[in-house]
Amino acid sequence: MPTVTYVLPDGSNQTITTASATSVMQAAVAHQVPGIIGECGGAATCGTCHVYLDRSTETFLPPGDDEEAMLEWTASPRADNSRLACQLRPSNDAAQLVVRVPAEQQ
Amino acid sequence: MRDGIVVVGAGHAGVQAADALRERGYSGPVTLVSGEPELPYTRPPVSKDLLYGDAEPEPLRPASFYRERRISLVPAAARGIDRDARLVHVSGGIVARYDHLVLATGARARRPDQPGSDLRGVLTLRTAADARMLRGYLRPGARVVVLGGGFIGLEVAAAARAQGAEVTLIERGDRVLGRGVSATTAAMVTEHHREAGVRLVLGEQVACFVSEGGGVTGVRTGAGGLVAADVVVAGIGAVPDDGLARAARLPVRNGIVVDQWLTTADPRISAIGDCAAVREPLTGAITRLESVQNASDQARYIADLLTGGTSRPYRALPWFWSDQGSLRLQMVLRSPAHDRTVSVRNGARTSVLRFDGGLLTGVESINDPSTHQAARRLLDRAAPTEAELAEVDHDVRALARQVRQEKVGA
Repeated sequence: MPTVTYVLPDGSNQTITTASATSVMQAAVAHQVPGIIGECGGAATCGTCHVYLDRSTETFLPPGDDEEAMLEWTASPRADNSRLACQLRPSNDAAQLVVRVPAEQQ
Repeated sequence: MRDGIVVVGAGHAGVQAADALRERGYSGPVTLVSGEPELPYTRPPVSKDLLYGDAEPEPLRPASFYRERRISLVPAAARGIDRDARLVHVSGGIVARYDHLVLATGARARRPDQPGSDLRGVLTLRTAADARMLRGYLRPGARVVVLGGGFIGLEVAAAARAQGAEVTLIERGDRVLGRGVSATTAAMVTEHHREAGVRLVLGEQVACFVSEGGGVTGVRTGAGGLVAADVVVAGIGAVPDDGLARAARLPVRNGIVVDQWLTTADPRISAIGDCAAVREPLTGAITRLESVQNASDQARYIADLLTGGTSRPYRALPWFWSDQGSLRLQMVLRSPAHDRTVSVRNGARTSVLRFDGGLLTGVESINDPSTHQAARRLLDRAAPTEAELAEVDHDVRALARQVRQEKVGA
């Protein structure tokens, strides 16, 4: 099963084993990772699940139009590896991801 | 505090309030009284994804959350409040004592009251159970009549049409979304649904529901027409669940009346979310919003207030969204007032800027999430003038970028 490591703004981290195709946002909310809100429930509408995708063994499609549009207005600065966690769904069973949680989400 | 905090209602507001209390370090007992048997779930999909196949509601938090955060989730309905004894009576004889009570009871669907409204097949939509009931009717060729051209009605119409049903939407006003959006946006939404094959009947009332012995078979309009129906869904608004408050002799006026600190006339009782009628101190005007944003922001605020994190009045910028098939409508409203609108089209993306007295008061966006998000950033700070926007050809994103630059530069 995919594993996702969330690196928090204070440098601490939390690693979660998720079910395949569960989004990085859903996994975070289910395990109460602070700083990932996902207010709209995964519709790429609220921009409150912004993460920096630092490492990944799985290759994801680049952000779609909706995600791209959201990322311009995130509360913390956008970087080249900024993503909405709701749009990242690791499907490879051996996938390993490291995402950094930004300091601000709204 | 010994008895802790009791939250009545486990929608977005109630669950977020319980969560935020723990997040802010509140260590006393937290009891969350839910009126529904299932794990508290996200509400927006009730009128969208849950209308398809065997989709299940998405829990707001996993079951482990309530254990780990020591939140007692009581899956039973609250029956009454004893303010003197500071306790809530829950069905099954349970009693929950409180130092502070947060009412997050939400709203229920308004039922039609014309003759025949109690027939089988005349439905409303508010809960996951309602969605399961309704989706059983949504199949190719089914005749679905939707009453009301508000957000819920339009979302249901889109989901029913997408599943091949023949959909007629009856709205008594002369346009859809009459209360919520500008005429320009309403016209675009109308066009979207007409193109999708929804039959829109505007300016018509329902006289009664017709049956041939058994369930509903049609709707008789005020003008005398008969629209055949296998199922009727009423999306004619919601009524705040203020019965508990009313019975406890707290002021209610289209919702539980609260002040700017979301506190009722009883300082130990607050109300948040769909059920809360926030009273403006100077004008006495009441604002009651039904949205995820309002529920979540008020929940976080009340947790802040109760844990000493703030003493300031509640303030938040209201925003909404509605997905209707391939149409995504998003709005941000600093104030509902507007005397002029300007629409800005960019390919398939459109935003309508609302002005009042020369100031931008809100933006309605159709398939234009970027402008919506920029408008939220912009309006959260101040209301820009129409002149400022005219300088950038009414491009909200351009102005928001400028403001952001200035902020970074400052």
